[in-house]
Amino acid sequence: MTADAGRPASEPTSDAAVVELSGVAKTFGAGPDSTTALTGIDLAVRSREFVSLIGPSGCGKSTLLRLVADLIAPTTGEVRVNGKTARQARLDRDYGMVFQAPVLMDWRTVATNIELPLEIMGYDKAERKRRSADLLRLVELEGFAERHPWQLSGGMQQRVAIARAIAFDPKILLMDEPFGALDEMTRERMNVEVMRIWQETGTTVLFVTHSIPEAVFLSSRVVVMSARPGRISRVIDVDLPRPRTIETRESEAYFHLVTEVREALRQREGQPVGPDDRDPTSTDRIRAEGYA
Amino acid sequence: MAVAVPSAVRASTAGEPGGRPSRRRRALGIGIVLLGVLVAWELAKWLGGDPWRIHATIGGVPIDYEHVPPLHWRIADDLSLPHVWDVVRAFVDPAQRNGAPLGVVLFGQAMFTLREALTGFVLGALLGLGLGILFVHSRLAERSLVPYVVASQTVPILAIAPLVAVAVKADWLSVMFVTAYLTFFPVTIASLRGLRAADARAFELFRSYAATRRTTLWRLRLPSSVPYLFSALKVAAAASVIGAIIGEQAAGVGAGLGSAIITYNQYYITAPERLWATIVMCTVVGLTFVGLITLVERLFMRGRYRPPEVAR
Repeated sequence: MTADAGRPASEPTSDAAVVELSGVAKTFGAGPDSTTALTGIDLAVRSREFVSLIGPSGCGKSTLLRLVADLIAPTTGEVRVNGKTARQARLDRDYGMVFQAPVLMDWRTVATNIELPLEIMGYDKAERKRRSADLLRLVELEGFAERHPWQLSGGMQQRVAIARAIAFDPKILLMDEPFGALDEMTRERMNVEVMRIWQETGTTVLFVTHSIPEAVFLSSRVVVMSARPGRISRVIDVDLPRPRTIETRESEAYFHLVTEVREALRQREGQPVGPDDRDPTSTDRIRAEGYA
Repeated sequence: MAVAVPSAVRASTAGEPGGRPSRRRRALGIGIVLLGVLVAWELAKWLGGDPWRIHATIGGVPIDYEHVPPLHWRIADDLSLPHVWDVVRAFVDPAQRNGAPLGVVLFGQAMFTLREALTGFVLGALLGLGLGILFVHSRLAERSLVPYVVASQTVPILAIAPLVAVAVKADWLSVMFVTAYLTFFPVTIASLRGLRAADARAFELFRSYAATRRTTLWRLRLPSSVPYLFSALKVAAAASVIGAIIGEQAAGVGAGLGSAIITYNQYYITAPERLWATIVMCTVVGLTFVGLITLVERLFMRGRYRPPEVAR
């Protein structure tokens, strides 16, 4: 498995919008107690893009993801996925989902957890076995097929959850802070892993995260959001060359982008950005590192 | 639901949890408690019961022991609280002149009652689970019916049982109904919780698979309700034996532990130890049934996450 298998080194995206949100708003509750979670959302995600949603708590990034997944419906506006309504896309099983917790079934083995969506979708047994074996290899968990989830570490459990999410070749992978509960070292390893999987499978990824380095490292584009009301404040293109490796994290361009995202996040808090902040000097670079 | 459990710790419990040493210790604990109860029982009789006159030969050693208790407690006299060995001997003595030993007779009755209890239990458990499944899928049904489910358990079973016996002619059928009446309730309440117990995100996951209600029921709701269900089934198993006994008495069934209780109640003045022996047998039947459920539970819980014992 090579990191750049089947993919050009440059941004591997096409122009077709896979996910398209236009004029989307979401309000929870009604009357004086209502909360506007999202307002004026316009976003188009192209095929094979890796788009991260980043922002403070309460900026509605998870809500946005759940709107795309058709777990909730927008108050106004439209969500189109692969040219269909989000609901139709869900019924067509266009989505694979990964949550912050692995959400594995403890009564199932690792292999049968991965096979769960395949069972539901009516794949025959031989095909299920073949796929789960392939996926276990992909997430580097060969030999753990017959274990139960609780016998695995947190990072391993999350890898099982990722394998399960891509088991049925969904066109879109929706990930809601998938590595939020992992320690920093595991998280960085998982970042490399998820990127390798993305490159090998060619899915489109919408990725919610709290971590600036993670967003920059993984994404083709970073969507910066702000809170009260939740909205998109900036979209930053990440043109770091691929394949990205550990060295990518130490490159000049990477630091610049991390700083740019951080400034964008700070701006929306209403704090004017001083000249020191805009200048990626050495002190800033240290801060960027420390943020990880 | 397996949610981020630190690995290495769990891996060590992967083998056979609750291995032999701890099981043996548990059995020892239960034995010590039983022994304690029996000692307290005889101690009460020694202090405030009727005079002891023991003349027997055990293993060729003659025992002659006489003792007049210093106090006089009504509850400790031979009528209220027969000697433990008298109760034990009642099992061996013939139930009727030249008949089989009481223990054998009671065992036959116990099997009869256990069979009734089992059929009522199955009916009640299925009804309880069925109601639970209905309620988690229909808010309307839940809101309008659950109060009646609860109310049903406030009606005294002793009053209901004869009505059922009159309404349903067949003896065994009315016993089954009374038993089911007592057993469906805990199962309904537990399945209401258990069928909703899965992680909210697991439900979202199934939604993202466009899974049908039926698929979600079979692959998510029912498996995650198993621990809840078995707690309720154990309560229901114990209740079903009581239900069968009450049902037998109300329907005037001529066999089973219920009728045995009535019979030996009538002879209580002359042979209290026989009623006690019957009570012991009822308990044994209840424990056996609950034990069976526990075995089945173990089968179902195989491979599942069990929280480690935490020092308290």
